[in-house]
Amino acid sequence: MATDTTVRRWRRNPSLLSGAVILGLLLVVALVAPPLLSGSAETLTDDARLGPGAEHLLGTDAFGRDVLARALVATRLTLLMAAAATAASFVVGVAIGALVHLAPGWLRETCLRLIDSAVAFPSLVLALVIAAVLGPGMGSAIVAIAVAGVPGFARLTANLAATVADKDYVLTARLLGVPGLRILGRHVLPNISGPLLVLLSSSFTLSLLDISSLSFVGLGVQNPQYDWGRLLNEALPSIFAQPSIVLAPSIMLIVTGVGAMLLGDGVASLVDPRTRGTAPAPAKTADAAGPAAPAQDGAAQAPQALQASGSAGAAAGTEPDGLLTVAGLTVRAGDRTLVDDVSFTIGAGQIVGLVGESGSGKSTIAMAVAGLLPEGVRANASRLALGDLDLLGTPPERRLATEIGIVYQDPIGTFNPALRLGTQLTEVARVHLGTPRRQAAQDMVRALADIHVTEPDRRLRQHPHELSGGMLQRASIASAMTTNPRLLIADEPTTALDVTVQAEVLRQFRRINREHGTAMLFISHDIGVVGVLCDTVLVLHGGRVVDRTTGGDLRRGTVTHPYTRALLAATPAAAEAGGALSAVRWTAGAHAAQPSGAPSDDLSDKAADRPPAAEGSR
Amino acid sequence: MSATATAPDPQTAAPLLRVNDLTVELGHGAAARRVLKGVSFDIPRGSTLALVGESGSGKTTLARTLVGVHRPSSGRILVDGAPLSTSRGRAGAATVQMIPQDPYSSFDPRRTVAQSLAEALDPIRARVKPVRTRIAELLSQVSLDPDAMDRYPHEFSGGQRQRLAIARALAPRPRFVIADEITSALDLTTQAEILNLLADLRRRLSLTMLFISHDLAVVRHVSDTVAVLLHGDLVELGPTGATFAAPNHPYTAQLLASVPGDPRFRLDDEPART
Repeated sequence: MATDTTVRRWRRNPSLLSGAVILGLLLVVALVAPPLLSGSAETLTDDARLGPGAEHLLGTDAFGRDVLARALVATRLTLLMAAAATAASFVVGVAIGALVHLAPGWLRETCLRLIDSAVAFPSLVLALVIAAVLGPGMGSAIVAIAVAGVPGFARLTANLAATVADKDYVLTARLLGVPGLRILGRHVLPNISGPLLVLLSSSFTLSLLDISSLSFVGLGVQNPQYDWGRLLNEALPSIFAQPSIVLAPSIMLIVTGVGAMLLGDGVASLVDPRTRGTAPAPAKTADAAGPAAPAQDGAAQAPQALQASGSAGAAAGTEPDGLLTVAGLTVRAGDRTLVDDVSFTIGAGQIVGLVGESGSGKSTIAMAVAGLLPEGVRANASRLALGDLDLLGTPPERRLATEIGIVYQDPIGTFNPALRLGTQLTEVARVHLGTPRRQAAQDMVRALADIHVTEPDRRLRQHPHELSGGMLQRASIASAMTTNPRLLIADEPTTALDVTVQAEVLRQFRRINREHGTAMLFISHDIGVVGVLCDTVLVLHGGRVVDRTTGGDLRRGTVTHPYTRALLAATPAAAEAGGALSAVRWTAGAHAAQPSGAPSDDLSDKAADRPPAAEGSR
Repeated sequence: MSATATAPDPQTAAPLLRVNDLTVELGHGAAARRVLKGVSFDIPRGSTLALVGESGSGKTTLARTLVGVHRPSSGRILVDGAPLSTSRGRAGAATVQMIPQDPYSSFDPRRTVAQSLAEALDPIRARVKPVRTRIAELLSQVSLDPDAMDRYPHEFSGGQRQRLAIARALAPRPRFVIADEITSALDLTTQAEILNLLADLRRRLSLTMLFISHDLAVVRHVSDTVAVLLHGDLVELGPTGATFAAPNHPYTAQLLASVPGDPRFRLDDEPART
């Protein structure tokens, strides 16, 4: 940790910098003001109730004392009290919250419920009660605020610790024989320190306000001592005659609060090794953002602006009878190229597979075709059209929604857990086709029965969590088919499913293709799956099409391209049992037909095995 | 069904791990569910048992019971003929270690690789300095550059993190290792690398391993014996090669026929109702 990296770290963290500057200035004031200004702040003079002027910037109070000087001198006492109260509640609260997790089950539950009810109780009221019981005074105000702040820290610590305690690394540490208290100190507390520091800073701000409130109502600091709350209390009787008196303590309170918050945010990002020092994480690759689109049909999504590069008529090298024509598709996120000059066509009734490892751009292509690219990702193509529907520019939303059906990878994330399936599955039909509700429901029951969903009537009244993943995936296929789309895009639709369920869902894709003649763009990382389902298969690597082959060739293993062969050889099912799998890294240095299968089996080759920068999915 | 498989290696007579009529219930009272129903199997020393099952079959529960997270409601787990001690600490660590499924959440993001591995070597103090050479050894054992030890987990790819997890699990020299779906989050090529690494380690260190997976094709590569779980019942147990060639239970046959690329796979069949 050289000094210049520290400097750079601070410079890249504006909230830390500004928070530190503000609180630093306040600290200087707290140190310097009492010895320098206590004269003008505490000496009674005859210049009572003066307005703002050159000699007294904010005027004087009823006893002729300088208002600004009093506010500055009060900084020390106010900050000390707030800091003491916050520190006490932080230490006690975190200790309680963390230790609760070492307690046996029944005690833990009891403590958590007690903490919950304590949090529900307004902290200022609690503080008022404690201060009233203890009697007015500075000490009792600190104790009252400290006690009132404990439940907040305890609950946050307990909640955060519970989520961290579920992580595999805590389980592993326990397996390794690390004692409970050590796990707490080594793994749990460091990993929850970010939110705790943010709470610490906001709690400091709250303590500041609460202590000032106590002093304001006369339960805190007593004459002749004074803090900002006390100053506000003294200013209250003359607030209309002399409004400038309340200004100084109020501004000081606000500035301190803002400073503490900024510092807390800054420190939180500083202590995290994932954010410190390194440049801000790059935008998620579209591959990772694929399943993030919430609706099960692209209808709700505003189509991303697709820009036609060059004249749209230049459809060189594309078959005129293709249903979907993609020519020269290039997708960029910032200065990174996710998809580089990809062209293919899908004829009516054809199933085209896109296969490749993560980061190869297969989902990005699908999302570009569906007009669902995430923000900040731009697509260019010389031609991108579905029949007569030009997908460049802004195609009519309704046609987009009815002519392209989409099935996503995660059947559980695709559905809104709060709504019944009937509402969600019939949405496209009702909204875009104007089908009456009852008719749409009947159609859906028939569609579900077609795709072998048991008890389709009852399913429509159920919520998504009541169905298995395979049932949900079949339901979302049925939903995507309601508009009888010309093209069905399926993005890793079977990846999240068990193997027997996967086989069944694949059969449904095949059946739909046979019965409705629906063309499909089928995306998968599983070369076995695309092999059995697809007519044509494009093999992608690093955003480029490196091989075009057929499902039959994949099944028979009669592929010629070195990368496709490497993928097949790495597939466990294809190799003989017991023998070593081929794990050749095919580096697409030149993505021409050059067989550059130099077996760089070494793992220093980070670029090949998913460079962490591109892993936006976790 | 509680058959005991004979080891492919007959000279290892006494099994290292014996699970006998193990039943596990999760939840309490009315919400209690019987997740494992009288499961029995042996793992001979130096061999690998693959446990296959789909989601909800109870395979992860079995792993977690073996490492002491869940308590069996009946049945016995014997290691070298002695009941598996649920005690933690160094003795427990040297008995069983687990390689977790998710390479992303299995490392504390705030600790360097060296710190994480030092903890495996010395759970109490976890000091890096005295064990640096041993950490370098562990890293090269899984084909990672020893220079990597001062980096943080997020600087590694998924496959590299899984190698780190393997290195950490082997650090206390456990008597047997549980690998819970360790390749399911990985790309094909990365998965192949990890499987080859495991095969290599099994040979070199004669590891005793319970390899859990939903993927039959993967299992075929790393196991001597295969066991199939269906809704908490062990429905199939036998030598890997023979089981793949001629499964005894119809469910195993269905599983095998569901793998795209397997000669038994048919897309145009009428769907098999389960």
